[in-house]
Amino acid sequence: MGLEARNVSFRYGRRQDWVLENVELRLERGERLALLAPSGRGKTTLAMVLAGYLAPTRGEVLLDGAPLSKRGVCPVQLICQHPEHAVNPRWRLRKVLEESGTLREDMLGDFGIERAWLDRFPRELSGGELQRFCVARALMSGAPFLICDEISTMLDVITQAQIWSVVLAEAERRSMGLIAVTHNRHLADRIANRTYELE
Amino acid sequence: MEQKKETLLEIHDLTISFRMYDRLLEQRDLRVISDLHLTVRPGEVAAIAGSSGSGKSLLASAILGILPENAVVGGHLHYKGQELTPQLQARLRGSEIALVPQSVAFLDPLMKVGAQVDGHRRPRPVRRREELFRRLGLPEGTEDLYPFQLSGGMARRVLVSTALLSNAQLIIADEPTPGMGLEQALEALQMFRELADEGRAVVLITHDIDLAVAFADRVSVFYAGTTVETAPAADFRAGALRHPYSRALWRALPQNGFQPIGGFQPYAGDLPRGCLFAPRCPLAEEACRRRTPPVREVRGGEVRCFYGS
Repeated sequence: MGLEARNVSFRYGRRQDWVLENVELRLERGERLALLAPSGRGKTTLAMVLAGYLAPTRGEVLLDGAPLSKRGVCPVQLICQHPEHAVNPRWRLRKVLEESGTLREDMLGDFGIERAWLDRFPRELSGGELQRFCVARALMSGAPFLICDEISTMLDVITQAQIWSVVLAEAERRSMGLIAVTHNRHLADRIANRTYELE
Repeated sequence: MEQKKETLLEIHDLTISFRMYDRLLEQRDLRVISDLHLTVRPGEVAAIAGSSGSGKSLLASAILGILPENAVVGGHLHYKGQELTPQLQARLRGSEIALVPQSVAFLDPLMKVGAQVDGHRRPRPVRRREELFRRLGLPEGTEDLYPFQLSGGMARRVLVSTALLSNAQLIIADEPTPGMGLEQALEALQMFRELADEGRAVVLITHDIDLAVAFADRVSVFYAGTTVETAPAADFRAGALRHPYSRALWRALPQNGFQPIGGFQPYAGDLPRGCLFAPRCPLAEEACRRRTPPVREVRGGEVRCFYGS
């Protein structure tokens, strides 16, 4: 069971080249997978297919044997590489967080999110500050699967280590399945118990 | 004044505040950069590392004169010995000073990337652009794509080529490498190094301190809007850093322990008295909480700490 990509192929248009071809991937709850590949080989596309943002051109994505449900909070949460593209620029950050459910106070503290930031707009925060909101939003949703697409490359290494320690602790506690897309092999060694190389 | 002639960029006591509305019409200044120093000489790659939200990108905007309207700038900025006035900045940016912006949102979403990189240059520098794309490993046909068709790493490489194509004397690269694979990142940094070796200068803002150390001459470490240390790059590898924050940063690298320190960088609206790092510092003593430590020269570097040695 768990999250499964069955023979997934994807291209952005009929006349375009295939970005993904016959990808087979399986992730159980409690597993932590590092997804590695050179830039431009479809890591982000695969992440978006797995999280239901893109429908595979061929093949299917299954969660516990069934297609992803289209209603409610998606059980496979994706945290994007560019936080500035992942939050509504016209919403204050309190609303951004509340979209995923109840605002968990403990998590604000874990991520060092200042209360004053909740009343600000996204453009008033730095990329690193915004990304903490995106990670908190994904974790607060309670989803069992989490896909982290290069979530810490825009953070300083101390904040990176802090955020990963919160994410890993939460993943451990709730036995979540985790996919981490990264270029950094040292980081992959620290967070994953298995790696998957995209051809 | 003597000294200002041989430096390309000199920044002294830079302060940046944002005028914000508190409640109703009450205004308040939020100080995001304070007493910041930076010197860049021709032929140098000066790296800036440090905490997220410590003002690194704001510094880049301040040098180029593209801060938001509610920003108030104090202190001295000099370029080739001349004071950087808004008029001078407008004349220099894009020609003498080029920026590699941090956000991929700086690409025009409605324009093919080849044309964006060429800019207004006529005739279009097609051959040089193709050579740059090739060196950065961008596949053929990339010039005919729109930004949304690029991967994160490809978009970064396009941004880097816009700056490399210019004949700027000073390139400010704000986080040019995230999303790139290691080989591409090394190639991009190598290209910056070559520009510097030709006598130009590069300010490299980055979180990849391990890479910065390999290509830069000096690394300045930022924390909460100020420079806490400026050190020759070799001092990082040698374990000869002067400031406790720089040492913590080095130790938090995944390959060096992945150990975070506790606490968070103070919020600009709520800065502590005295040393800004004192609340998280293992060495902090009473004096650190009372008085801001001055910048001291120690072993060929600069450190803002009473105890840094």
